[in-house]
Amino acid sequence: MSMNKTILIKPIFADNPIALQILGVCSALAVTTSLSVTLVMCVALTMVVAFSNLFISMIRNHMPSSIRIIVQMTIIASLVILVDQFLKAFAYDISRQLSVFVGLIITNCIVMGRAEAFAMKNPPVPSFIDGIGNGLGYSVVLIVVGTLRELFGSGTLLGYTILPSVANGGWYQPNGLMLLAPSAFFIIGFFIWILRNKYEEQVEKDEFVMAPHTAEKGAH
Amino acid sequence: MEHYLSLFVSAVFVENMALMLFLGMCTFLAVSKKVETAIGLGIAVVVVQAITVPVNNLIFHYLLKDGALAWAGLPDVDLSFLGFLCYIGVIAAMVQILEMFLDKFVPALYNALGVFLPLITVNCAILGASLFMVERSYTFSESVVYGIGAGFGWALAIVLLAGIREKMKYSDVPAGLRGLGITFVSTGLMSLGFMSFSGLTL
Repeated sequence: MSMNKTILIKPIFADNPIALQILGVCSALAVTTSLSVTLVMCVALTMVVAFSNLFISMIRNHMPSSIRIIVQMTIIASLVILVDQFLKAFAYDISRQLSVFVGLIITNCIVMGRAEAFAMKNPPVPSFIDGIGNGLGYSVVLIVVGTLRELFGSGTLLGYTILPSVANGGWYQPNGLMLLAPSAFFIIGFFIWILRNKYEEQVEKDEFVMAPHTAEKGAH
Repeated sequence: MEHYLSLFVSAVFVENMALMLFLGMCTFLAVSKKVETAIGLGIAVVVVQAITVPVNNLIFHYLLKDGALAWAGLPDVDLSFLGFLCYIGVIAAMVQILEMFLDKFVPALYNALGVFLPLITVNCAILGASLFMVERSYTFSESVVYGIGAGFGWALAIVLLAGIREKMKYSDVPAGLRGLGITFVSTGLMSLGFMSFSGLTL
């Protein structure tokens, strides 16, 4: 049981898929302009990772390794089609806003990466839990970015006004830059910075280190 | 002609795949340490985009679209929900065929691209371009231009970032920001620069 707990908790901060493994960055940046869209994306991705891990792990011993990528792709694409049809039926507005990014879950490296790295080697239950853990790790980053961008970009959260904007007679001047592409890069950059200050073993080594000064004192 | 030129310019600069739409970010961040490898990957992406987007366009128009199967005597069939599965299949198959073709006829280019060709299958810029093509209902000739433009824009962005990172490895970056963190920040600054192209039309 405690092993399952570790599998679930570890990817959230200590081995975060976005901040450390550099997986699934694309959608993290693109869907975070409003929090409600972000939440839907998080749930969709967590579902797809968990179930693709489960199914791939179930049939892992019957798959010839030469065609495993195609098999994985087919499973993932079918799950994404399910999610897409579900969203179109029950949350049409949000599915319009997510536009192509639901489809892009197929090529989201978290899904393929976890299938290759974990589900191919482990039994179904831990694989399912690993999928949920990685989905949550992805969700944490997305929710942080989404909250910051919506709060400072338009002064609202989930559509409710938190900081009344000047245009509506309040005092807050919305920071339009937060809604544009560059701010997402900055926020994730700083998120990584904060995370690595806490987990110092994640800091990358410098490729070049300045050599110590070698001239002897008074040699000139 | 002007229409196509304007589509190309907007695909390269205004809607840059990497910097404006955040597509293909994983490879973009992972393979941008050296300019030479970035150029190799960039060329591979342009070639694959130029083939897959038009092919997916044909598949969508003649097989999947609502009523597209009328030529086969099935006018009421709408297979568009199978889209994702078909596009990713086409991309995987195209990459495989391209790999075999290059291996047989252009071994020099094949060796230069090396491991990047198979990696392209899971690059979201490729699938993204096909999905945008469907969403914006481009015609066949538009999709050719859009595919080349989208690939070229992505290639341009990764080569520029690789140039910056090659210089940056000599600089003294704060410990926690080293590597991935500073790459994100510099990509953000590049994206700020590319925003100056927005509104550009011919």
